Amino acid sequence: MPSTKRIESLRLEGITKRFPGVLACDDISLEVGAGEVLALVGENGAGKTTLMNILMGLYQPDYGRIVINGEEARFRGPSDAFAAGIGMVHQHFMLVPNMTVTENVALGLKELHHPFHLDLASARRRIAEVSERHQLAVNPEAYVWQLSVGEQQRVELVKTLCFGARFLILDEPTSALTPQETDELIERLKRMTAELSVIFISHKLGEVKALCDRVTILRQGRVAFNGRTQDHTSGDLAALMTGHEVNLPRNACVEACGEQRLKVSALMVRGDRGNLALNGLDLELRSGEILGIAGVSGNGQRELADALAGLRKVESGSIGLCGEEIANRRPRAIIDAGMGYIPEDRHTEGIVPSFSIKENLVLKDFASQRFSTASFLRLERIDENAEELRERFDIRASSTATSAGSLSGGNIQKVILARELARGPKVLVAVYPTRGLDMGAEEFIHAQLLERRAEGVAILLISEELEELMNLSDRIAVIYKGRISKVLEAPEATRRRLGMLMAGLADE
Amino acid sequence: MNKGFNALYGTIVIAASALAAIAMAAVILIAVGADALGTFRVILTDPLKDTFGLTEILVRAVPLILIALGIAVAFRSGILNIGAEGQMQAGIIAATAAALYLPGLPKAVLLPLVLAAGALGGGIWAWIAGALKARLGVNEILSTVMLNYIAAQFYTFFLRGPMIDPNELQTGSGTPQSPRLPKEAWLDRLIPGTRLHTGLIIAIVLAVLVFLFLWRTTSGFRMRAAGAEEKAARYAGIDVEKYIIAAMVVSGAFAGLAGAVELTGVHRRAIEGITSGYGFSGIVVALFGGLHPAGIVPAAVFFGLLILGADMTQRSMGVPANMVLVLQGAVILAIVSAQMFLGNPYARDRLARRLRLPRRPGPKTLEDAAAEGGLKQ
Repeated sequence: MPSTKRIESLRLEGITKRFPGVLACDDISLEVGAGEVLALVGENGAGKTTLMNILMGLYQPDYGRIVINGEEARFRGPSDAFAAGIGMVHQHFMLVPNMTVTENVALGLKELHHPFHLDLASARRRIAEVSERHQLAVNPEAYVWQLSVGEQQRVELVKTLCFGARFLILDEPTSALTPQETDELIERLKRMTAELSVIFISHKLGEVKALCDRVTILRQGRVAFNGRTQDHTSGDLAALMTGHEVNLPRNACVEACGEQRLKVSALMVRGDRGNLALNGLDLELRSGEILGIAGVSGNGQRELADALAGLRKVESGSIGLCGEEIANRRPRAIIDAGMGYIPEDRHTEGIVPSFSIKENLVLKDFASQRFSTASFLRLERIDENAEELRERFDIRASSTATSAGSLSGGNIQKVILARELARGPKVLVAVYPTRGLDMGAEEFIHAQLLERRAEGVAILLISEELEELMNLSDRIAVIYKGRISKVLEAPEATRRRLGMLMAGLADE
Repeated sequence: MNKGFNALYGTIVIAASALAAIAMAAVILIAVGADALGTFRVILTDPLKDTFGLTEILVRAVPLILIALGIAVAFRSGILNIGAEGQMQAGIIAATAAALYLPGLPKAVLLPLVLAAGALGGGIWAWIAGALKARLGVNEILSTVMLNYIAAQFYTFFLRGPMIDPNELQTGSGTPQSPRLPKEAWLDRLIPGTRLHTGLIIAIVLAVLVFLFLWRTTSGFRMRAAGAEEKAARYAGIDVEKYIIAAMVVSGAFAGLAGAVELTGVHRRAIEGITSGYGFSGIVVALFGGLHPAGIVPAAVFFGLLILGADMTQRSMGVPANMVLVLQGAVILAIVSAQMFLGNPYARDRLARRLRLPRRPGPKTLEDAAAEGGLKQ
C-alpha cells in the first residue's frame, strides 16, 4: 500500500531532456504547493508533455531532479510515480471500452488480483468512497463504451484517485468536452483542491484563468513565464505563450457575397447506426462567404461533411456544387468538381502519417499532369511544390521528406490547409479546423480562411467553438437533430441565442 | 544522451539479439544431441566453399526474391498475403498446362507464355482473397490461408489425374508428377553444369521494377497510400477497394511467377513438394528485407544460405534439416525484438538509467529559472 502522506510541495529543478535533434526541456523548474492548481501552458511542442512524462517516470531527465516534500524522488517508471501519489489523466483516455467502470479500476489495483479471484467488491467499495468524497458521480456497473466523453473523464479521475493519487496531472482535460462539461470540470477541480494539488495542462487561457492560481508558461522547452494568473490578462498570457501579440482575426462582414456555390436541399443521410442522421437538411452557400454550422456534436455534422465529400451514401435530396449535382458521386469526381475538404480527424483522414510531407502535399494531385508524366511521378516538381508550400504556409519541419505523422497537430493542419488551399477550391468544407490546436496555429488558420473568403472561396465551417464561429462567419446556421433549425446573420448571433438554439430550444 | 550513446545502444542491441538467436538455437541443437558449434559452422560456411554451394544458394534465392517482392507489394498496400504458397501452386498448375498443351511453339513464344500463365494462375488465385476482402470485408489472413489448403488439394489432384505423366501410368509406378516439359519451355542455365538458371535475372530485373512501380508511379503511390492510411486515401479520392484487389493480384502473380520459374528453371516438370515452403519463407524474407526490394534481395540470399546450409548439415552432421526452421524462427524472433528495442526511446532511456549517466551538479532553483526566463513586459 502506498503511503498516504499529503504532498505539501512538489518541485521540479532544472529539468533538461534532449532528444535527437531537439532540446525538449531546457532547464525547466517549477513548484506546486499544497492545494494549489498550477497551470502549465504552452504551444504544442513547447515541452509540456515531455516534462510530465518525466514527472510520471516514463522518461528520465538528462539533468535535474524531482523534489517531493523536500526529498529528492527518483522515479524509475510510472509505478514509482503512482507510489509517490502522483496520478495523471491523459488527454486520450486509458480505459478499456468493453469493461465496466469497476473492472477498469480493478485492472490497475494490483493488490486486488488474487491467483484465482479478482476482488471486484473491494474495487467497488473504493470507487464508492472516492466518488462520495470528491462528489464524482459514476455508475460502477456501466460499460465504458456506454459513457459520454465527460463521464469517461470522471471515470478516469475516479480511477486515478482510487490508485491513491494525491497529486493530479491533467493533460488538456477539456479538449474533448462540451462547454457545459468544461464548466462542471472546473468547478469539480476547485472543490478537489481541498485535498489535492493539480497541474492543469491547457492552452485555453480562459479556463486557466478560471481555475488556476499560478501559471507556468513554456516556450520552446524553456520557462517563459512564471507567476500569478490574476495579475495578467488572457492577452498577456497568450503573447507570452506564442512569443508575439495574438490577435485572432475577425470577419469584417462586408457584404461581398457572390453567386451561389453550394446548394443542399432536403438531404437525407443515414448515420453509422442506420438512423437518419440528416433528415431533410437544406443550406445554401455563396462565393466569398463563410457559413458557420453551429451545433452540439452528434447532430449530423459528421454525416453532412461525409456526404459533401462523397464518403457517405445520400438517401435522398440533392447537393449542387456550382450547379453540378454531386450527391452520391465518387470522392474523386467531387474533388475534381472543386470541393476542398479539411477533415475532422487530421491524423487519419487528413494525412497519411507515414508518408512524407511532400507526398502528403500532393495526395490529391499526384496523378495530375503537373506532377506526373505517363503515370510516372515527377519527383522534382513534387519537391518544388513542397518547398513552395512549406514557405507559404509556414510548415515547421526540418525537411519536407520528414514523415507527416511526426509533426505537431498545428503543423499537420498546415500541411492539410496548404494542400487544400493551393488546389484553388470553389467550396471549402472545414470540419473542426482548430480543434486541439494552440493559439498560434489557430490564428494562422483563421487568417488563411478569411483570406480565401476575400478571394471568393465559399467556406462551410463546422465547429463547436462559438468564439470561432462568431469571429469568422458571415452567417451561422444551427444544426439540430439533422436539420438546420435556424440561420442567423452574424450580427444577430449572440452566445446566448446560439446556445439556446443548439440545445433545441425555441428562438426568442 | 548523445550520439555516441545511441550508436553504442544500437551496437549493444544488435549484438545481444544475435547472441540470443545463437543461444536459442544452440540450446535446442544440444537438446537433440547435436554438435552445436559444428552445425553452425556447416550452415554458415559449407555452402560458401565452392561454386556448387554458391549457385545452389542463388537457386533457392530466386523464388524467395520473387515471392517476397509480391508480399512486399501486398503488405505495402495494407493487405496481408499469407497465401503465397497456394498462389505458387496455382501458378505451377497454370504454367505446366501452358507448357504441355501448347506444343510446337518456338521457345521465344512458348517460354514467355508459360511464365505469363504462371503469373496469371497465381494472380487469379489471389484475386479471390482480394475481392472477398474489398467487397465483403473478409479477413485476408483467413482467406489466404484457407486458399492455401484448397490449392494444395487441387495441385495433388492435377498431378495425380489430368496432368500425370503417361509413362507413370504405363509403368504402373504412379508417381504423381507431370510429364517432362518440352525443351522450348525451359529457362536456360546461367552456368553450365550447375542448376543456376536465368530466373535469377528475371528476379533482379523485377526487383528494380517493383521499386520503380511502388515509389515512382502514380499507381504505386495509390497503393502505398491505401495501405498506409486507408481513410486518408479515401478522403483523397483514391478508390481503395480497387487498389486492394490490384495489390493482391500483383502479389499473387509474383508468387505464381515464382512457381513457373522454379518449374521451368529447376525441375522442368511439376512434382510434389516443388514449393518446398517458399511461400512461407518468402513472407519472412519480405519482412526481413524491410518490405523493400533493396533489402529483399540480400535477405533472400541469406535465407538461401540458411536453407542450403540446413540440407548440408543433415548430410554431414546428422542434424535433421527441419532444425533450420528452428534456426529461422530464432533469427526472426531476434530481429523483431531488436527492431522493437531500436525503435523505442523508453527502452533506450531505461538502459541509460542503468548505466547511470551523469547528471548536472547543483540544479538551479525555481527563483533562478524564473529570473532567467524573465517576464517580458
